[in-house]
Amino acid sequence: MSNNNLPTWEVFIQPKTGASFEHAGNVHASDKEMALQNARELYTRRQEGTCIWVVKTEDIVSSNPEDQQSFFDPADDKLYRYPTFFKVSKKAKGL
Amino acid sequence: MGHFLPSNHSSKANTLTMSAVQETAFQEKIDAELKIEAKDWMPDKYRLHLIRQISQHAHSEVIGMQPEGNWITRAPSLRAKMVLIAKVQDEAGHGLYLYSATETLGITRSELIKQLQTGKAKYSSIFNYPTLTWADMGAIGWLVDGAAIVNQQSLRRTSYGPYSRAMVRICKEESFHQRQGYEIMSKMSNGTIEQQEMAQDALNRWWWPSLMMFGPTDSESAHTSNAMKWKIKRGTNDDLRQLFIDRTVKQAELIGLEIPDPDLKWNPKTKHYDFGEIDWEEFWEVVNGNGFCNKERINNHIKARSEGQWVREAALAYSEKKQNGV
Ligand SMILES: [Fe+2]
Ligand SMILES: [Fe+2]
Repeated sequence: MSNNNLPTWEVFIQPKTGASFEHAGNVHASDKEMALQNARELYTRRQEGTCIWVVKTEDIVSSNPEDQQSFFDPADDKLYRYPTFFKVSKKAKGL
Repeated sequence: MGHFLPSNHSSKANTLTMSAVQETAFQEKIDAELKIEAKDWMPDKYRLHLIRQISQHAHSEVIGMQPEGNWITRAPSLRAKMVLIAKVQDEAGHGLYLYSATETLGITRSELIKQLQTGKAKYSSIFNYPTLTWADMGAIGWLVDGAAIVNQQSLRRTSYGPYSRAMVRICKEESFHQRQGYEIMSKMSNGTIEQQEMAQDALNRWWWPSLMMFGPTDSESAHTSNAMKWKIKRGTNDDLRQLFIDRTVKQAELIGLEIPDPDLKWNPKTKHYDFGEIDWEEFWEVVNGNGFCNKERINNHIKARSEGQWVREAALAYSEKKQNGV
């Protein structure tokens, strides 16, 4: 058997107009047209989406789960980014 | 998790400590019902167990297209044909979702297919039984998909994220499969005498193999213990089998079919149906390659794959040519 694996593409679907695109899974395809068509056949047989993005898996850059703590720690000590950090008189409405 | 460790990583002792720490953290995550993702640390045995189980599941979806594909050209109406084609196409999709999930564990699609074609990887033995009449389309949808649903609903809570997400997607599609099968069975069991007999005959042939789909009883199952500890499996073979039986008995009664088990009886103490002895000898015979259709199923797969070889080659050559601007 030959090993000519077609490359994989990650598939993102927008479930309805205005919504964020969500990762659905991947497909194998030799080029972007085939990737789009395969994604349509595989992930939207029941009107699951209004638009599809495909991107080659190898082009995705991901942070490393093992570095989760250090990678995200700049956000750890910045409680002032949340509205609850600020004490405001109950009489002040609409804030 | 490296930052919990002393800075000197070079000694063997530290390597051991590291994997012990990692394994503990891994199990704590599982116990807390958190999902494991592809790039997370996992024990090798967890990875191998998943590759074996998910790929076996994927192969079952793909091989499972054959017994039903056998009746597409002979469907009794255009409606029945459209429904059956859609159902079989869904099964192809299920296979692909599951191959995708397996590939996240670091094995290629062609390696997985090689394991299937050389018999190294198994698929569900149910698909080694032949489909003799149209009523078998009813029995498969109702019983085989019904049993698969029980298993798959439980697997939505599996600890491996990509597998769990594939199960959620699959479960959404499965209920149509079971309903279309039950519709065929209820139509036939309300039809002519011949149709009623065909429906009963199909139930007689598919009932016991459907119960076997859940695998050996818990006391005999080689894979249960770690799989439960790691929450790869969320229900034992026996519990899931019982759930399927309890659900199905009333469905059969409702359409006037009789389940071919003289020992089947409601047990008011356990609030479950008691049932007769499963023929495990038959089960192992089929698992070990001596079912009616084992060779035919794999030969068809090899033929389809090799006949499609030139298409994949041409598609790759075309994309290379376009990239080089020729
Ligand atoms: Fe399926
Ligand atoms: Fe199905």
